Amino acid sequence: MGSRSSHAAVIPNVDSIRRETGFSQASLVRLHHRFRALDRNKKGYLSRMDLQQIGALAVNPLGDRIIESFFPNGSQRVDFPGFVRVLAHFRPVEDEDTDQDPKKPEPLNSRRNKLHYAFQLYDLDRDGKISRHEMLQVLRLMVGVQVTEEQLENIADRTVQEADEDGDGAVSFLEFTKSLEKMDVEQKMSIRILK
Amino acid sequence: GPGLGRCWPAWPGGLLRTGGVEVEPGGAHGGSQGFQVVTFEWAHVQDPYVIALWILVASLAKIGFHLSHRVTSVVPESALLIVLGLVLGGIVWAADHIASFTLTPSVFFFYLLPPIVLDAGYFMPNRLFFGNLGTILLYAVVGTVWNAATTGLSLYGVFLSGLMGDLQIGLLDFLLFGSLIAAVDPVAVLAVFEEVHVNEVLFIIVFGESLLNDAVTVVLYNVFESFVSLGGDNVTGADWVLSPVSFFVVSLGGTLHVRIIEPMLSLSAILAITFCGICCQKYVKANISEQSATTVRYTMKMLASGAETIIFMFLGISAVNPFIWTWNTAFVLLTLVFISVYRAIGVVLQTWLLNRYRMVQLEPIDQVVLSYGGLRGAVAFALVVLLDGEKVKEKNLFVSTTIVVVFFTVIFQGLTIKPLVQWLKVKRSEHREPRLNEKLHGRAFDHILSAIEDISGQIGHNYLRDKWSHFDRKFLSRVLMRRSAQKSRDRILNVFHELNLKDAISYVAEGERRGSLAFIRSPSTDNMVNVDFAPRSSTVEASVSYLLRENVSAVCLDMQSLEQRRRSIRDTEDMVTHHTLQQYLYKPRQEYKHLYSRHELTPTEDEKQDREIFHRTMRKRLESFKSAKLGLNQNKKAAKMYKRERAQKRRNSSIPNGKLPTEIPVQNFTIKEKDLELSDTEEPPNYDEMSGGIEFLAGVTKDTASDSPAGIDNPVFSPDEALDRSLLARVPPWLSPGETVVPSQRARTQIPLSPGTFRRLTPFRLSSKSVDSFLQADGPEERPPAATPESTHM
Repeated sequence: MGSRSSHAAVIPNVDSIRRETGFSQASLVRLHHRFRALDRNKKGYLSRMDLQQIGALAVNPLGDRIIESFFPNGSQRVDFPGFVRVLAHFRPVEDEDTDQDPKKPEPLNSRRNKLHYAFQLYDLDRDGKISRHEMLQVLRLMVGVQVTEEQLENIADRTVQEADEDGDGAVSFLEFTKSLEKMDVEQKMSIRILK
Repeated sequence: GPGLGRCWPAWPGGLLRTGGVEVEPGGAHGGSQGFQVVTFEWAHVQDPYVIALWILVASLAKIGFHLSHRVTSVVPESALLIVLGLVLGGIVWAADHIASFTLTPSVFFFYLLPPIVLDAGYFMPNRLFFGNLGTILLYAVVGTVWNAATTGLSLYGVFLSGLMGDLQIGLLDFLLFGSLIAAVDPVAVLAVFEEVHVNEVLFIIVFGESLLNDAVTVVLYNVFESFVSLGGDNVTGADWVLSPVSFFVVSLGGTLHVRIIEPMLSLSAILAITFCGICCQKYVKANISEQSATTVRYTMKMLASGAETIIFMFLGISAVNPFIWTWNTAFVLLTLVFISVYRAIGVVLQTWLLNRYRMVQLEPIDQVVLSYGGLRGAVAFALVVLLDGEKVKEKNLFVSTTIVVVFFTVIFQGLTIKPLVQWLKVKRSEHREPRLNEKLHGRAFDHILSAIEDISGQIGHNYLRDKWSHFDRKFLSRVLMRRSAQKSRDRILNVFHELNLKDAISYVAEGERRGSLAFIRSPSTDNMVNVDFAPRSSTVEASVSYLLRENVSAVCLDMQSLEQRRRSIRDTEDMVTHHTLQQYLYKPRQEYKHLYSRHELTPTEDEKQDREIFHRTMRKRLESFKSAKLGLNQNKKAAKMYKRERAQKRRNSSIPNGKLPTEIPVQNFTIKEKDLELSDTEEPPNYDEMSGGIEFLAGVTKDTASDSPAGIDNPVFSPDEALDRSLLARVPPWLSPGETVVPSQRARTQIPLSPGTFRRLTPFRLSSKSVDSFLQADGPEERPPAATPESTHM
């Protein structure tokens, strides 16, 4: 235990991070270890390059967008709290989380926040809506090259139409949530080892 | 020998007489009693002849089966082979009234089983296997013990109740029988699951279980057999304790002389071979050339396939042996019932336990497949034949029952498992038609999850894997791999796991030059591959346009029929859309790693997908890098400048670099952090505009009229080629004059680069002050580039 607490002590503001993200001490220590491993030049923060070094992301269709999600608001670096904040979305949802004190902010790994994370991956211009154009871009990423442009546009149109309720030709976050209400998001967007 | 030609018409039964030296009269064409010109030398050629005959029959059988594809998709090949074996056995029996050629355990364990198991181990998807090892082990060990114990005890219970009539069996005999009938058989499982496309996790669990439970089976079998040979009364408590110990010993490859044990079974052959295959696959592939590797693969497949065929045929033939046939209705029926029921119970219990710890849950449909897919096969048969008839009085009963069980599971369960699975799958997805959004976003979530797993490093699992790969690299590979293979492996690993931007740039450049990336440059150009993926789509479009035309003409149209028509078209379009998505959405990492297959080798779907995504990602990173460096203006200009034809033209010209001045302020290229901070939010990649990704690199100067791709023709960029230190001077390599030769021949003969075959590209120095890993990665072993491309090599 002694060694573990000394590890935890290395992490600055570990308590506030723990409160904010809900991670256990052990998880935070491991994540910090990972953070340091990714930070090749020991800068103390991660840049895009560091994340791009992860080979598996290059063959993930949404890899770059996810990397981007670590750098909100145009920043070029992500420090450890920022790193952990993104990962916190993927904590599995436990039952104690659900009956929360209504005054406290929603935990990062709530269903709503998980969906919001995904939503932000689509909504690049941050206008709170996924336009048809944005949907098309995502589709392009996720589909093989044999699909023609017209087919893609077709699919994008239908996808937006299916979810769009107020007819504005774009999918707002509410509509997005509603279209996925039957999906078990909590399970689909959780990594068990991140507790 | 001289008798060979004459032997053919002889009855198969005669040929198969194992000990026989005499010649069947059925085909003798003996000459005169005097000088015999041609003589029968049957004993002389018997063995090779028989073997050749078997192989011939097996091959013919296989070809015959596959003539009708419909048949093989319904009936598993193993079932067909067993039936064929039965037929052959029938022939033999009719001819001779004796089927004297049976599947002997030694033949089975020494010759037939090893190729199959080795093949399975060699092609085993390692990551999947070790990732699910806990589950597999649980099922293999606990599951098998459970099955054996419950089956044996229940049978004993029934026996005690008198239902089975009068048999000379004791408790230990039942336990022995239970242990050998409990084991799920790898051969049968493989044969059947090939037809049934279950998800890979399920497959690996069943298959892994069938491989690993061999150790358990062997131990149990040996233990009970030795107990039986001792006589039931002499078993002491100490013996019971020793048994679990022997399990570990056996599985780790030792011999345990508890009592009398068949030497060839004490070492768990299957386990040994499996792990041999698993471990050596990497080194074999690394150490031999591509062609040899292919040869090895095909040879293994062939041997395994052949062995499997022969096994099943033998099973069929061996069944036709009236001497051993003993039938006890209760025993047989109850055995069947018990093994199915207890397996199902065992699976359910274990799954419930496992699901608490597993990341990917095992759903009810998986459990059904797991229980139903527990097939028994030749291993059980071989074990039962091995029984000592003296000690086990009812050996014949056991043998008959085993045969019945094996036949039942392979034929009946094998036949029905596929429709069952399909029905269940349909049932599961029936009550909810997944909507387009759910499909798309669901898939997106899978990708997101993969990525986050990779980023967060899969803590726990990765630790072990890292440790292992570290150990492997330091010690094992040194010993087991060729030097050059090690080096290239290191390079590949380094590159793949540490994709540097400059590698990406070079790679994409190379790809662009060769035209392989053309299709993603701009989807709207006619470079785009336009695959007619379903005839329906064209009819849909046709009818839509027809409809529009009709609308326009507006001549006596029945509005209702029009509306109906429109709706039906909409449905077709819906279907088409769903179908497109289903077919063309990229698969997430967990799904697309292909399964083991006995008869096919490496489908390349996942490689293709990897390559496509890799191209795209690299391009996009390039573009964002570009925009980060030069800002948007340069971007647009570069995009406009870039034309493929021009690039082509320039490629062929020999002095691409002449125009480029050398006094470029090198500082522009540093990839230092502070430069990157200059740019603001990355703009979303804009496909239509950013087609000139590579253009930027050469257009570094204010003068963007330069000709980039040709510059990159520089052999400096050839894979496997090293850069001369002198060229690493301040000037970026592609700008150095003189190196103008186009390595097109080499490029043409080279296979397209993909993440898997990625070689270390030369580190073109973007900056002398660059502080990154470019420098460190290149050791002193790199040679200076050749002046001419002809001396380059692959």
